[in-house]
Amino acid sequence: MSSSFKAQGKLWSLALLRVLIGWHFLYEGIVKVYNPDWTSFGYLATAQGPLKPVFQAMTSEAVLPWIDTMNWAALVFVGITLILGVLEKPGALVGAGLLLLYYLAHPSWPGMAQVNTEGSYWIVNKNLIEAVACMVLFYQPTGSLFGLPRILSRNKATTKTELS
Amino acid sequence: MSWTRREALLGLGSIPILGTVWWAGASGTVGKKRERETILEQLNIQPSLPSAVPAVSGKPVRVGIIGFGIRGEQLCRSLGYATDEWIAAMEEAAAEAKREGRPFTALEDFRNQEPLNVQITGVCDVFDVRAEKAMRSFGTEDAPVKRYNTYTEMIRSGEVEAVVIATPDHWHAPMSIEALNNNVHVYVEKPMTHNLTETYALKEAAANSRAAFQVGHQHRQTLSFKTARDIVEKEILGHVSLITTNTNRNDDNGAWNYDIHPEASPQTIDWQQFLGSAPEIPFNKNHFFRWRKWWAYGSGLSGDLLTHDYDRLNCVLKMGIPKSVMASGGIYTHRDGRNVPDVLQANMEFPDFSTGSTQRKGKEKGMTFTYSATLGNGFNRPTMLMGHDASMELGNRLTIWPDGGSTRYAEQLEAGKMSPQSPIYNYNPAASALDGVSSATSQYFADKGLMWTYVDGKRVDSTFLHMREWLSVIRNGGTLSCGIQEGFDEAIAAHMTGLSWKLGRRIEWDREGQQVIPIEGVNLDAVLLQSPPGVGSLEADVVAAL
Repeated sequence: MSSSFKAQGKLWSLALLRVLIGWHFLYEGIVKVYNPDWTSFGYLATAQGPLKPVFQAMTSEAVLPWIDTMNWAALVFVGITLILGVLEKPGALVGAGLLLLYYLAHPSWPGMAQVNTEGSYWIVNKNLIEAVACMVLFYQPTGSLFGLPRILSRNKATTKTELS
Repeated sequence: MSWTRREALLGLGSIPILGTVWWAGASGTVGKKRERETILEQLNIQPSLPSAVPAVSGKPVRVGIIGFGIRGEQLCRSLGYATDEWIAAMEEAAAEAKREGRPFTALEDFRNQEPLNVQITGVCDVFDVRAEKAMRSFGTEDAPVKRYNTYTEMIRSGEVEAVVIATPDHWHAPMSIEALNNNVHVYVEKPMTHNLTETYALKEAAANSRAAFQVGHQHRQTLSFKTARDIVEKEILGHVSLITTNTNRNDDNGAWNYDIHPEASPQTIDWQQFLGSAPEIPFNKNHFFRWRKWWAYGSGLSGDLLTHDYDRLNCVLKMGIPKSVMASGGIYTHRDGRNVPDVLQANMEFPDFSTGSTQRKGKEKGMTFTYSATLGNGFNRPTMLMGHDASMELGNRLTIWPDGGSTRYAEQLEAGKMSPQSPIYNYNPAASALDGVSSATSQYFADKGLMWTYVDGKRVDSTFLHMREWLSVIRNGGTLSCGIQEGFDEAIAAHMTGLSWKLGRRIEWDREGQQVIPIEGVNLDAVLLQSPPGVGSLEADVVAAL
């Protein structure tokens, strides 16, 4: 296997990972946008772990609508950026941050009640893994391989060539 | 390098992915919502709004408290009066909850409660410590709280317009009748009475009095129950053939083993007045503080807890007094000398009652109401109304599931638009409120919708609403949610259950004659007050272990 083939495979796998994570975020966001009854109240009210008071404070009447809006807006932002490959670094960062918040709200630590989770976890759960995957995407952008930047950078390159 | 199809695909290919995911999320959510809306539109359930109560205007209503024990103190808090001791205890509990990061809102809720135009002017309690606590906590220099030695003195003093009666059950009727005869307004705790004769007499007294009479079934203010009434009236459940209600408690407080006050003695308690019509026995602290465990003063599960469940359903269905009652049970979990059962099952028959029918005319009629209770297990069994077309869980929340064999929903079930596993209606006014419940017993009452209701998503103490309604009717006139007829239904249903358990036979109601059908050679009132033979007397080894 040639080294360039390996490098290509690595990049294409990362691009696929990026699109899938974007897909996941976008769908979660869109479902909330189109459901006016959705609220993060239950999730926050049942928060556990050291940041429990912080999350519970977010359930106050004055704050909750903002939290709800910020949550879906962040989900959609991450979804769009990761799928299109535009602003993928900020998108990956916001995604990692959001997932870490979810992780900390319901940490899968020994001694904590696991509410509404499928599967069995000890310390590591899917939120944590997806957050780390977002970090990988942050360090290795792939938009110029698959995504709008491929066209934008091509145009730029073409322009450059014409100018020179 | 020029534009190629490959470049376009890799550059623009992400756009259709984005569009597809967006479309899938949006159409799925909107479609589900539309399906749900269609069902809801068809059901047309109107969630109840809080009833508008005219303000208690003019001079404050002068209220006298008769009985200032656990419930008496709670009722005073609903009137806006808390003891110094309670405030100190709640401050401590709130601080502890804060340290542990739990919500705890009792004190905050009390302070945010809308002020009622009342003044507690008198207290009557046979235990000095309690009477003095009320005088000290509620009295001010300008407006002292006067202690009366007897309820007759208080009622006839001309200084109280209204009394709140929170005494042991055997005192409810004599005190209520005395107050009504003097046109003093009454708020009396449940069960309304302690035997049959006084139930009939109290009904008579209320009919002849100008005073407002309210029985303390505060859950009549719970909005979910009012909504449940709308659901039943719209025949969403179809013909309800069975109702199951339950009590499951498994702690000392729930089994009425309340604390015994260290200062209790024959010097601080007027024992003779406590006994009243009860059999003469020497001073007994256990009987005084834990009176709910003996038929002489209380009425056990049937009077204390079944009445809640019966009245909740009577509030929703207005089914009235059962045609007959059969009960069984025993003292199986707290063999501590009590003579009221701690495990009780009661079946009430309503053969002529119907909530409507979606089937062939005449096929469906009649209903059984069952009450199943144990004080030795705390598992939460919900209250269920089981109809031909749907089942409904009743509490502070309401959930309705269509039935697999429903006639009304047959088409939707067939088309897969409904399924027996998925609720078609969910009423949860508490969805955006955090509840800080402090004990197992309060949780038991809270789940049943007995402690508070939700108005605009905010928790409101239902006892407060119930008392506010009573005070408003005193000043402005109007109808009470739990007046004499509702209290009469509740008391008769409870007494029929107690009699059935004691006699081991079916007890029947004569609707035309408005009385429990007499049993030859049996004095029903005497049976209600007495300990059944052999019950409550313990073997030597149990007594030694106590």
